[in-house]
Amino acid sequence: MQKAFVSIAVAASLGLGATAAQAAILDDVKAKGYIQCGVTGGVAGFSAPDSNNVWTGIEVDYCRAMAAAIFNDADAVRFTSLTSQERFTALSAGEVDVLSRTTTWTMSRDTQLGISFVGTMFYDGQGFMVRVEDGIESALDLSGAAICIESGTTTELNAADYFAANGMEFNTVVFVDQDEVVKAYEDGRCDVYTTDSSALAAERSKFANPDDHIILPEIISKEPLGPVVRAGDTQWFNIARWTYFALLEAEELGVSSANVDEQLGSDNPAIKRLLGVEGEFGAPLGLDNAWAYQIIKLVGNYAETYERNVGPDTPIGLERGLNALWRDGGIQYAPPIR
Amino acid sequence: MTTLDTGQQTAPRASFFNDPVIRGVIYQVVVAALIISFILWIIGNTAANLAAQNKTTGFDFLWRTAGFDISFSLLPWSRASYYWEAFLVGLLNTVLVAVVGIFFATILGFTIGIARLSTNFIVSSLATIYIEVIRNIPLLLQLFFWYFAVLKAMPAVRNSFELPFDSFINQRGIMIPRPIPDEQFGFVWLGLALAVIGVVVLRYWAKKRLEATGQRFPVFLTSVAILFGVTAFVFWISGASVAFEIPVLERFNFRGGLQLPPEFVALAFGLTIYTAAFIAETVRAGIQAVNHGQTEAAASLGLKDADRLRLVIVPQAMRVIIPPLTSQYLNLTKNSSLGAAIGYPELVNVFAGTSLNQTGRAIECIAIVMLVYLTFSLLTSAIMNWYNARVKLVER
Repeated sequence: MQKAFVSIAVAASLGLGATAAQAAILDDVKAKGYIQCGVTGGVAGFSAPDSNNVWTGIEVDYCRAMAAAIFNDADAVRFTSLTSQERFTALSAGEVDVLSRTTTWTMSRDTQLGISFVGTMFYDGQGFMVRVEDGIESALDLSGAAICIESGTTTELNAADYFAANGMEFNTVVFVDQDEVVKAYEDGRCDVYTTDSSALAAERSKFANPDDHIILPEIISKEPLGPVVRAGDTQWFNIARWTYFALLEAEELGVSSANVDEQLGSDNPAIKRLLGVEGEFGAPLGLDNAWAYQIIKLVGNYAETYERNVGPDTPIGLERGLNALWRDGGIQYAPPIR
Repeated sequence: MTTLDTGQQTAPRASFFNDPVIRGVIYQVVVAALIISFILWIIGNTAANLAAQNKTTGFDFLWRTAGFDISFSLLPWSRASYYWEAFLVGLLNTVLVAVVGIFFATILGFTIGIARLSTNFIVSSLATIYIEVIRNIPLLLQLFFWYFAVLKAMPAVRNSFELPFDSFINQRGIMIPRPIPDEQFGFVWLGLALAVIGVVVLRYWAKKRLEATGQRFPVFLTSVAILFGVTAFVFWISGASVAFEIPVLERFNFRGGLQLPPEFVALAFGLTIYTAAFIAETVRAGIQAVNHGQTEAAASLGLKDADRLRLVIVPQAMRVIIPPLTSQYLNLTKNSSLGAAIGYPELVNVFAGTSLNQTGRAIECIAIVMLVYLTFSLLTSAIMNWYNARVKLVER
């Protein structure tokens, strides 16, 4: 009886929700009229509610782009804020249709969790933030320092690897919720706060005195952050993947939200195909032929969302770096639409 | 047929569906069938969905390298340890905070429960205020308060409060010297064990003598004298000594000594304060449930004040106190899982949190954690039921 009880409770928490996952996700999404998008609890620039309580950020824009492609309405999205611990369970149980939540693409996640990574929206790497007054200049000085970390992240593993590889004493305090991690660092429980360096910049911008904190030069890991969908639904995976490629392709072709209507009359065949003037690229995805036009019109291209959310002119102030297009020295690259 | 009919003529036969016995059976069969089919459906549904999601399942991950750090561990832990070791570390941390919490909550709860019945107005109202305030604020908020408010008030490492005996308090926790007994110290433990046996024998003898002759013997003072006297004597005669490893300030923190992290202190403190308020009410109710006539009857037998309480009031009050006290102990153990929110590496944080997330084995991890809490609860109830059976009213 005890075992049966456990099975009921566990199955009830995971099994019931997953029933919806059996049907084609696109049909479900069209039937309910919006996309359920899993985001962070608030990482400025990536996904966070602004002063008017509207979700903004580069990852939020990705979900809006999917909504634009499907519904021609960038607001047909509802956001669920998830902790690192909850995110994969929420995705595989069908609570969210797409997970766009600073999630690092790793082999074990891609192959063992029943989920598929769509692409790399943001190339990131793990860094360390410390207080200026401590006079630390390198991550190699951190032996024995107390380190605040969010639970259930690649960060937890990378840091353990880095400290072991360099023979340093490792000393962590692990919290479930990112807010508590930051608060514990601010209150002095830890000497170091470690996570993806973009998120460090985002958190630092929210501190009362950002200049009291520095981000150390070492980047200790590759953190390709990207959206994730449930494995097994090829159509939904393709919509997610080509939404991301459309954002890049639009930037590469110089099509932006400002000029997209003009570009409808362009003679460039690549632009014609992107905007659905020529060819049939929407139907195989189960979408309107103007799917990419809608994305660009309502959300913009990759450069626009980058500049608006995390670029040099924002409080977060990140240069494009690796996230520039391939022809500009970065590694963002989309296969051609043809 | 005919014989049956004549046999039932005394009670007029109800129709088949109105027969209470048949009805009872039908209801039970229907309910049992519903429950069983629900369970079967859930199991089938889970299995089908897991297969459809292409998830890897099974318990083999327990023998893989964990690769993460655990900040506070009673067992040796490194990033190369296995997941089952992570499970044990989390389990022991939960047990540790639960045992410490139960110990202090019981002491504090009994004190406050008795204080609430005090005839002194200030004492009883302070106890009432404590109970009402603490009971009515959610535990999670209290834990955040104890953790973050107290953490903020603590000095940074370089300005640590220095306590006597080379102990320190700062934002990294409490550091005290670690006693390192030498080889001779085994004799001291042996002496202590002998002293305990001596005390047990003494108590037995004193009780027999009281029953036989009515003469009292100062058992408590003698016991204390034996425990301390024998142990100290053995310590002196065996030449045992204890060295102390003193915490030393390094670049980031103290090294060496025994260190209690603030997460543990805050969680144990918060659980104690919270549960003590509930225990206090249980104790008050138990004592008030004993009729005042019992006190008077005991007094008329000539029992002294202390004996009246010890022999008459408390045993009867315990019968009322034990069952709800058991649930408070269980609550405290289960509430310790809130430690995950303030970074204490207990079972839920380490195993249903980090391990679950790094391996993706949600069902397996959650099932193990649920089984653990179930076992804890059943064990605690079993012990308390045994105790309850001992103290319950013997009816003659």
